[in-house]
Amino acid sequence: MSKKQHYTLTVNGTEEEVLAEPRELLIYTLRERLNITGPHIGCETSHCGACTVTIDGKSVKSCTMFVAQADGKEITTIEGLGGPDALHPLQQAFKEHHGLQCGYCTPGMITRAAKLLEENPNPTEEEIRFGMSGNICRCTGYQNIVKSIQAAAAEMNASKEAAE
Amino acid sequence: MIPAAFQYYRPKDMAGVLAILAEHGDDARVMAGGHSLIPMMKLRMAEVPHLIDLQEVGGLSGISIDDRITIGAMTTQAELIDNDALAQAAPILREAALQIADPQIRYMGTVGGNLANGDPGNDMPGLMQCLNATFTVVGPDGERSLAARDFYEAAYMTGREDNEVLTAISFARPQGGHAYEKQKRKIGDYATAAAAVQITKSDGSCAGASIAMTNLSDTPVFSEAAGAALAGTSVDTSAVKAAVAAMLADIDPVEDNRGPIAFKRHVAGVILARAIERAWSRA
Repeated sequence: MSKKQHYTLTVNGTEEEVLAEPRELLIYTLRERLNITGPHIGCETSHCGACTVTIDGKSVKSCTMFVAQADGKEITTIEGLGGPDALHPLQQAFKEHHGLQCGYCTPGMITRAAKLLEENPNPTEEEIRFGMSGNICRCTGYQNIVKSIQAAAAEMNASKEAAE
Repeated sequence: MIPAAFQYYRPKDMAGVLAILAEHGDDARVMAGGHSLIPMMKLRMAEVPHLIDLQEVGGLSGISIDDRITIGAMTTQAELIDNDALAQAAPILREAALQIADPQIRYMGTVGGNLANGDPGNDMPGLMQCLNATFTVVGPDGERSLAARDFYEAAYMTGREDNEVLTAISFARPQGGHAYEKQKRKIGDYATAAAAVQITKSDGSCAGASIAMTNLSDTPVFSEAAGAALAGTSVDTSAVKAAVAAMLADIDPVEDNRGPIAFKRHVAGVILARAIERAWSRA
């Protein structure tokens, strides 16, 4: 067995030090050591996207990264986007447009969608479906997820224009 | 899913990588984006006592475009897709990369990892055979070059020695029309069959064609005969038929959860015919 090592991760702007074996999957470090339980474990085989987080500007499935690889990285989870007191426009839009039913896939969906809208603030429906194709939802049939992302994009663009 | 324990290394240069490979031999393995290796380690189908993460080794990523195009092995699929100059110079790469895995995986998965892994399901090996690419590997005795068309020996067996690292891929700027056509069951799946085609046209007839197939044997299949069947023709129905027949003589698919052999051969024919048609329309 390899020894535990100290790793430093910046999660949602807070620097965290963890002691873990290098083989620990990042999703477990987040959930079980740091109590950041927004990212979920769905398939644990890189398919479903429920564990999606943003690492140094990339959407990453945190079940497919060892904690050792994430040492020194900046990580954003759903908790870093918004919370009950101040919802992110995507969270608000998912709520208003019924973008979720059971909610299990939602943190990964929204974390991925936030990155997608950062890269492409005006996506077409096709671009949304393609850009979200690494996230699986078993409830909604995706229609309302697409609608929610479209609504959030419109809202974010409108408030950006208002600020200018 | 808990992989077997390993020692983790993150060297800052290639000398550091080669020293660890020299010290630990078969027990050490390099990792690029990890999106082929980590799933195998989680399933304990791969055990890597000494894991060398290449993320901080300089000089392994980036794309340079001249008469030849050179791509650093650590260039991610997402970087490849986002490179507009590359999409101009060699559009088949973006077309293929967009059909690999899903967005999250393309941020991490690298061209070099896809090529060096040796999984017959990977898309880049067939594509690089179509482009007649050259791979640069570096080892204790320095650099050497290997032809993509000679690189793949069997599933997960390649011309790269265990103490060597793939550092770059280069190929002549492709000419004519291109297509990468892939049949898969769902986003993120490997191909049931995929075809990479480049065709050049001269005075209305085919001046030359290069054709390679993916996931239809234990290695990618460069079908010289399929390309030859198109050369000199007007790429009409009978020429496409002849190219498909030549390709079918070169592939050797096995039955698995993507279907029985007869189905895979059928899909391979449909996919190649579509790829030829699309490449020809762009030539």
